[in-house]
Amino acid sequence: MPDRSYAAVMARRSAIIEQATGVQYELFERGGLAFDYESVMASVGLALEEVAAIQRDVSVGETPLLELGNLTRLARELAPPGKGARIVVKDEAANPSGSFKARRAALAVHRAKSLGYEGVVAATSGNYGAAVASQAAMRGLPCIVLQEVYDSSGRGQPEILEKGRACEAYGAEVWQLTVGPELFYALLLVLEETGYFSASLYTPYAVAGIETLGWELGRQVRERYGRAPDAVVVTHAGGGNVTGTARGLLAAGCAETQIVGASVDLRGLHMASDRDFNRKSFTTGHTGFGVPFLANPDRVDVPRNAARPLRYLDRYVTVTQGEVFYVTEALAQLEGLERGPAGNTSLAAAFALAQELDRDAVLAVQETEYTGAGKHPNAQLTFARELGIEVRRGHPRESVPGRVIAIPRSPDELAAEEWDLGAIKRSFLRGALGERLPSTLSDEELEFLAAETKSTVETVERWLGEDGRSPLPPGTGRQPATA
Amino acid sequence: MAEEVGRRGDWGEIRFVLLAPEERTASLPADTRRVPLEARLKGFLRTDARVGEQVEIETVLGRRATGTLTGLFPPPGHTFGRPVPELLSVGRELRALLASSAIDDA
Repeated sequence: MPDRSYAAVMARRSAIIEQATGVQYELFERGGLAFDYESVMASVGLALEEVAAIQRDVSVGETPLLELGNLTRLARELAPPGKGARIVVKDEAANPSGSFKARRAALAVHRAKSLGYEGVVAATSGNYGAAVASQAAMRGLPCIVLQEVYDSSGRGQPEILEKGRACEAYGAEVWQLTVGPELFYALLLVLEETGYFSASLYTPYAVAGIETLGWELGRQVRERYGRAPDAVVVTHAGGGNVTGTARGLLAAGCAETQIVGASVDLRGLHMASDRDFNRKSFTTGHTGFGVPFLANPDRVDVPRNAARPLRYLDRYVTVTQGEVFYVTEALAQLEGLERGPAGNTSLAAAFALAQELDRDAVLAVQETEYTGAGKHPNAQLTFARELGIEVRRGHPRESVPGRVIAIPRSPDELAAEEWDLGAIKRSFLRGALGERLPSTLSDEELEFLAAETKSTVETVERWLGEDGRSPLPPGTGRQPATA
Repeated sequence: MAEEVGRRGDWGEIRFVLLAPEERTASLPADTRRVPLEARLKGFLRTDARVGEQVEIETVLGRRATGTLTGLFPPPGHTFGRPVPELLSVGRELRALLASSAIDDA
């Protein structure tokens, strides 16, 4: 019996993951910092149409595009003359498990089945667990889901309890863990014990599955409005949603569409803290995942994350918990759609951003998710109050994550706080370089970093220079990369 | 209330320690570092057992695990919560704004 201690299991991680994903990541390494991202994505070996066909087989995708007429009118009421884009939303709650995550799961479970794995495992506290469980049920594979649910007093986060219930409803074995990043350790234990497929959110399949979302969205907007979406707002956590949607939009010929990432602002709460864990009303789509995943995408359960949002993002904004609850209420009351709330993070941002865009523009929100017990705003706000968090009507700026949830007093108080994406990219570069000096970077590595940050080699060189490292002398610093 | 004594074959939840505090990863905030990493898992009891006793279960996948029995036929603990006063008036406010709007439909 292998050593089950934390250190011993973590030391075996590469072998366990390779066995459990069927991806030989070292094939894509290009020496030094660089790896061949497009080859990682191409390793899926399926054209977009084939991905769509696999999803169609399990009733995933081809979700309706809904125009939010009343929210659009409200945004126009508040916008300067001539402004106020039409707001549309892709109703991803129509997928079998109630969220866009079914798209990722469809590909992952199809892959597991075609490679001959006898079951699938997913470590996730989000909608992805139910999505994998639902897909596994359709394809007749056993499924195990591991979640981070409870604090040390045994109090479960209601939203995650609901997701666990859904997984069980689809026939999965559900491991409900207490707070801590060692969820990954538990995943490795289960993978090793079962030999099942790891349906990681960060494999190329899981990202390729989302490309159909962007592709359908681009086509649907063009068919209905005769133009590509001017901007698409994407709720951002782990990066797969941004990456897959943006790649799909590009495949649909929407190269000019602006990609806006939106997260719930939870600054100040520690994601691995037993105390802070239940003091957040959003368990995904927040800055606790969103920001670290932008700055350090490879800190995940696979060696190279296929979700690389900095390659695609044009803007990154945050909204407060209270704003998302408010817009969730507005969506139900004005549009007759009871969804979310977590999936409405992008909608809260879109309501504010629509007021910046011209009236003839189309602003797309690319997902909804099912609501339910535990998830619902009333469930979360009741839970927050029980933990001593103050809930009141107030300006979003009065919000303090973990202490005060301010529900806007009127729709004009909704705003999307703009983040300096350049600063995040510089932080990414500092992390990528580690101890390396910029002068030791090869051409290939510089080009890789430029692609990783949706910028140019010149910009990367300038950023590295400005960050206090020795600037690159012109025409030098182009040595071959060393592994 | 569920029965406190479970019979073989009853559905129950167990709880067990995966990592004791001293076995956990070093990179944890102090409050998390003080407590063990625990797991809960549901399944059919392999033997009769009382809540609080050690018992082996068989999960829906037929896999086995042992831990402290925390409850029998445990109901989901989450609900839709109580109606929240701060949200109750939002719909009426927004409809009133729309009703007074001069914006025409596009």
